[in-house]
Amino acid sequence: MCITDMTAVELAAAIREGKATAVEALQAVLTRIEEKDKELNCYVTVDKEGALKQAVQVQEKIEKGELTGPLAGVPVAIKDNLCTEGILTTCASRILRNFVPTYTAKAVVNLQKAGAVILGKTNMDEFAMGSTTETSAYGVTRNPHNTEHVPGGSSGGSAAAVAAGECFYALGSDTGGSIRQPASYCGAVGMKPTYGTVSRYGLIAYGSSLDQIGPLTKDVRDCATVLEVIASHDDKDSTSLVRQDTDFTKALVEDVKGMRIGIPNDYLGEGLDEEVREAVLQAARVLEAQGAVVERFDLSLVEYAIPAYYTIAAAEASSNLERFDGIKYGYRTEEYTGLHHMYKKSRSEGFGEEVKRRIMLGSFVLSSGYYDAYYLKALRVKALIKKAFDEAFARYDMILGPVAPTTAPRLGESLADPIRMYLGDIYTIAVNLAGLPGISVPCGQDSKGLPIGMQLIGDCFQEKKLLRAAYTYEQYEKK
Amino acid sequence: MSKQYETVIGLEVHVELATKTKIFCGCSTAFGAGPNTQTCPVCTGMPGSLPVLNKQVLEYAIAVGLATNCDITRYAKFDRKNYFYPDNPQNYQISQLYLPICQNGGVEIETEEGGRKTVGIHEIHMEEDAGKLIHDEWEDCSLVDYNRSGVPLIEIVSEPDMRSAEEVIAYLEKLRLLIQYLGASDCKLQEGSMRADVNLSVREVGTEAFGVRTEMKNLNSFRAISRAIAGETERQIDLLESGEKVVQETRRWDDAKGESYTMRSKEDAQDYRYFPDPDLTPISVSDKMLAEIREKQPEFRDDKMKRYKAEFDIPDYDIDIITQSKHMADIFEAAVALGAEPKKVSNWLMGETLRLMKEREVDAQDLRFSPAHLASLIRLVDTKAINSSVAKEVFEVMFEENVDPEQYVEEKGLKTVNDEGALKKAVEEVIAANPQSVADYRGGKEKAIGFLVGQTMKAMKGKADPGAVNRMLKELL
Repeated sequence: MCITDMTAVELAAAIREGKATAVEALQAVLTRIEEKDKELNCYVTVDKEGALKQAVQVQEKIEKGELTGPLAGVPVAIKDNLCTEGILTTCASRILRNFVPTYTAKAVVNLQKAGAVILGKTNMDEFAMGSTTETSAYGVTRNPHNTEHVPGGSSGGSAAAVAAGECFYALGSDTGGSIRQPASYCGAVGMKPTYGTVSRYGLIAYGSSLDQIGPLTKDVRDCATVLEVIASHDDKDSTSLVRQDTDFTKALVEDVKGMRIGIPNDYLGEGLDEEVREAVLQAARVLEAQGAVVERFDLSLVEYAIPAYYTIAAAEASSNLERFDGIKYGYRTEEYTGLHHMYKKSRSEGFGEEVKRRIMLGSFVLSSGYYDAYYLKALRVKALIKKAFDEAFARYDMILGPVAPTTAPRLGESLADPIRMYLGDIYTIAVNLAGLPGISVPCGQDSKGLPIGMQLIGDCFQEKKLLRAAYTYEQYEKK
Repeated sequence: MSKQYETVIGLEVHVELATKTKIFCGCSTAFGAGPNTQTCPVCTGMPGSLPVLNKQVLEYAIAVGLATNCDITRYAKFDRKNYFYPDNPQNYQISQLYLPICQNGGVEIETEEGGRKTVGIHEIHMEEDAGKLIHDEWEDCSLVDYNRSGVPLIEIVSEPDMRSAEEVIAYLEKLRLLIQYLGASDCKLQEGSMRADVNLSVREVGTEAFGVRTEMKNLNSFRAISRAIAGETERQIDLLESGEKVVQETRRWDDAKGESYTMRSKEDAQDYRYFPDPDLTPISVSDKMLAEIREKQPEFRDDKMKRYKAEFDIPDYDIDIITQSKHMADIFEAAVALGAEPKKVSNWLMGETLRLMKEREVDAQDLRFSPAHLASLIRLVDTKAINSSVAKEVFEVMFEENVDPEQYVEEKGLKTVNDEGALKKAVEEVIAANPQSVADYRGGKEKAIGFLVGQTMKAMKGKADPGAVNRMLKELL
């Protein structure tokens, strides 16, 4: 077995058992990056030297028995919106082209403590705004399954790197589907945990009330393992939760007997690709055959999720992105006359089109006279959506549906029609609005050979149910 | 002037809270450190950093709210106020607009006519201070120091209930005392830990509707506030009298020139796009927390004055002065509790303490000597271990360095000499050396003895009991 084909957990076991070393694993993956990344462009930054140093240190600690965890020695790729001390962190934006953070994000610190080797920073849609990784200022990332297609987004670099073996697992962030959708397009497993499970400290914010960090992995076991490591209460994040149930690997059990699974009719309606629909329903039949009780139901309010999401996320983004002004760090325009001209020019030149579009949208919905009509109304819709989910979870252990209406679109198709691109988020964004956990699990391919993902959505704190069902399905498909 | 006008004033008072650390991070709030040495990713607005509320800020804000008879908002939130300026590292300030922590309060002040009136408090909210910009004219550049960024503030917004500069000063004094008594801030206008913006309009006496108001900033002393109010009142009346209109605007007071000028008009007013800060969870004030803060509220000045009048036999004037500072009142009470006679403690505070405070420009809250040392100084005088002029000398050192008077008197050998022989010898020498004064005294000039006492004290290096010297002189003459 080629070392880069191993899962993260398999590799860590091999290193523990002395069958491989962290340095060998790193070198194998760096070779893979060299072979493939020119074409795929998964990474904005590959930190070869830093990674090598870490690998040597980690290997030593493993040998001394100081590091025994299930991820020790395994190279990981980090989405470029997570701060890493001493390593360029750009959010795939021109405005942060020279930004080197002075501190490391909490989720990454947790990985480092567990013996992870940080390979580098993955490409993404600029400031996580987009669904294709095409809005990056550092070039598009291509889908490893078909390089004419996008990898999805915004964590497209992370998903493609996992799929291409350019890392063993990756971290992404999910504001409206940015982990689950690229995982689905690239045939990876991706999970967005319950809001507050992973500290956001060091995650460069897009929509603060919706953002959540999560894993992109080769399989469900890796997903549970990574989540278990990165989940922690953090005094530096007021929205961080205290949870006692973060032993997610305990949920890796093949058993869905009696599990009640609801499929919303709303998720199977107009706009859904026929092949995606069939693959998702087939996955549901597999779970049913394993003993789950599968039913159709009406979730309602799904069509309101998109306008509510784009109002809230854009509003928060317009404020979150104000700090990028060229004063303290980042891109500053060459010539200007006076302070306000400098602000305007730096930001006009530093931000891309999609980011500017959302800043303008967000500024508009927060402006005096429109706040009530847009922002407050969107918050009320958000509360109603949460209520609709609460009602669903009174009846079902989880909700099953597609991740996205189609498989990965061809490069260049989406940005031409932003509204259509926004509509592509229809099955994922309600999960963020309600703060729920959701997982994307591969469930086949379309006729073009592009991966399809099914999504499982749980009530708050019910990651374990999702992992159990996902694991059961995955094990069945392997057999 | 044909018409009679009335001035209508409301205040926005910013108070810097005396917490050890900043409002949303663990950085120190200490004043005077090197530029940007008290900063971290949070208070410099670095990408990815997040605010976490300092609980002490909330407690102080609630304590001030209770002291000013406000309703405490049990479910409060922080909002972002968005505007671009380099002293504001995130380009938004975390403040409170929609659900401020305290609302609908008021404090009672004395009016000039000796009556009492209530000045309403619309709200008190918590917010973060900005950094400080330094414009370097020489290098033609601007520098920013973020040490002050994130220092906690409360803003106390009054109703437009004041009608004169005197009422404004009375209101500010009242707030200052309440807040100082709480220990929530030192409230120094000159140093900026208390800042007042004056909203002022004029209207004809008898009319209900408010006139167009202006907001005056940069008022760094009570004197500047009084002058700015007088100046702005006159300016507005002049405008109205000459048929012009008052423009709603923000003006900046120049105390050196004694005039104000326009900073920005209403047309330039920014849309701050306030919205609840998603990085901070809503604040819910529990019954328990409220009860604990209520429990900890100190005895405020009005109650303290009443108690002093009942408990201590000292003049009302002394009570008035002593209770103007909680720190001074604390010294008074502690010294009395240690056995010193209230009147004597009061005399030290009203006499030497006030004199030295004035001479050395020391604020009452910055007095350094301990009540125990004051009590022991009084005991030294009572037991005639030192005389009163030595005591004053010792007190001066205590005032500066808080020395232990017993130890100090011992070390410096300042104790009164009670050796009859030594004293007699000194008196005899003075009599011998000053025949003219002796003759004057004997000739009936009673006053001449004062000179002889002085000479003897000098000979004794001040370490004699002047009463004893007096008696001995009379005996020997």
